[in-house]
Amino acid sequence: MSGILIIAEHRRGELRASTLELIQAASALKSAAGGPVTVAIVGPQPEQFVTAVSVTGVDEIVTVTAGSADFDPDTQTAAVHALINARSPSLVLLTHSVDVFGYAGALAATAGFGFATDVFKIDHENGQWLATRGGYGQKVNVEVDFPGRTVVVLAVRAGAYKPAEGVAQPTVTSLAITAPVARLRPDEYVEVSSADDVDMTSAEFIMSIGRGIGEESKVEQFRDLATALGATLGCSRPIADSGWLPKSRQVGQSGKTASACKLYVAMGISGAIQHLAGMKHVNTIVAVNADAGASIFSVAKYGIVGDIFEIAEELRGHF
Amino acid sequence: MSTKILVAVKQVAALDADFEIRADGKDVDADFLIRDLNEWDDFALEEAVKIKEAAAEGEVEVVVVSVGADEADEALRKCLAKGADRAIRVWDDAVAGSDSIAIARVLCAVSQRETPDLVFAGAQSSDHAFASTGIAIAGLLGWPHAAVVNQLTYLPAAKQAGVRRELEGGLLQTMQIDCPAVLTIQLGINTPRYASLRSIKQAAAKPLDTLGLADIGLSATEVGESGSLSRVRRMYIPEKGRAQMIEGSAAEQAAQLAAIIKEYKGEAA
Repeated sequence: MSGILIIAEHRRGELRASTLELIQAASALKSAAGGPVTVAIVGPQPEQFVTAVSVTGVDEIVTVTAGSADFDPDTQTAAVHALINARSPSLVLLTHSVDVFGYAGALAATAGFGFATDVFKIDHENGQWLATRGGYGQKVNVEVDFPGRTVVVLAVRAGAYKPAEGVAQPTVTSLAITAPVARLRPDEYVEVSSADDVDMTSAEFIMSIGRGIGEESKVEQFRDLATALGATLGCSRPIADSGWLPKSRQVGQSGKTASACKLYVAMGISGAIQHLAGMKHVNTIVAVNADAGASIFSVAKYGIVGDIFEIAEELRGHF
Repeated sequence: MSTKILVAVKQVAALDADFEIRADGKDVDADFLIRDLNEWDDFALEEAVKIKEAAAEGEVEVVVVSVGADEADEALRKCLAKGADRAIRVWDDAVAGSDSIAIARVLCAVSQRETPDLVFAGAQSSDHAFASTGIAIAGLLGWPHAAVVNQLTYLPAAKQAGVRRELEGGLLQTMQIDCPAVLTIQLGINTPRYASLRSIKQAAAKPLDTLGLADIGLSATEVGESGSLSRVRRMYIPEKGRAQMIEGSAAEQAAQLAAIIKEYKGEAA
């Protein structure tokens, strides 16, 4: 068992950026793995992504022509299992993504591979892989090992590694698999509609509200404050799930990424990892929260421990 | 009962503001854990109860199952108060140290015993967030499965269900899935109810069975560390980046925040 196998992820004809982060992670671990870095692409036309993954650090690309353009958990499980049998890697890297949630647990449980998810650090010690992940809402780090497992499958947190760059010329081979009969029949993709024409991804100044506002009747005063500040009003998941603001204003992993944002003011947002995924890159984050232990303070540049309503009222007077 | 929905739930733990790591360095001292029903599981249970309530009386049975020591009874009683018909708790000291896959092995054995039409699990737990238990149950059962479902259309006894998965970046995907199936349920799929005082009283009379490993045909080596695919080696409090804190009265704090915003706007202009 040697080498690292990376499973590329794609959706609607585009390679997902996290695949390049896996390549970067693998490059750093290559000598520990004692073998080549192989990127596998599974899909009806896997060749379309060969160029995109031909980056520095990749030794081999394996294409598996199977399934439809849409992710299918059974096809993916069969393909990844066949790839592991064919290449005998000691480490398999996946992205900790919704598609991976859809099959990795089934693959690991049935095959008995070492397994951990949402991993943000990988080490190799005394011939063994070690993975570090968060616990108890990211308040602790947990280091796990995989005693007796010859193959270890890790789902790596998006953003934990920088994307790999530089053009390479890896060898390209193909692997044939027996595709299973589909038990899921994808219908269509639906974009969360932008009910009020807001585009969080282009907003440069965002003020977001979270669970801390407590009740729907409080939304209005923050909407008014955002208008006065000239900020786009955003929110965390619970606010959108409650229907207090449209889903199009939700910032986070399953909502929108604050891609263009330069100033982000978080009011009453504790900072779940899924919310941080959508905004932690912002240069200036100011967090206002009643709980001094809130996770949001670990990514914010400035923090205010206090009552968000009092702060909001005082702030309103300045604009 | 013609249709049965099995809902796998977890009594999760959150940490006290001040907490200490256990002497063996592998977990937080149990004295500092605040336990509650996993938020995702609350939505999974509600979805099952909604299907039951939409069907004819007695047509759908909702069974909740949890793997845990005595304290998990609290989460199960909460589920019974919110509309589950009966509960099962599985425990054996050998289960301690299990990862999400070993827990899935137990839940798979319970599923084989209960033969439900659908199994629901939360898409993830709030404490360790592996996001893998439900799909591992499906793999072990050999059943179709879909993760992160935020809309479900299912009629009791139907051979397939319509599901909508929540992908990243505000994208959703609809599909049909063959049943029996395992679905992991996302937040926001419904609005979980609160248990009324009356329903909490009634729940006390509902059956809550406690099973051991032998009852579900598992041996001690299939659970715990030996039945797990990962093992905790060390738990520690990470050094975190920390915001520069703005101190003072609310008026002083707000004045500084206003200055930050005005500086940004000045730069932007």
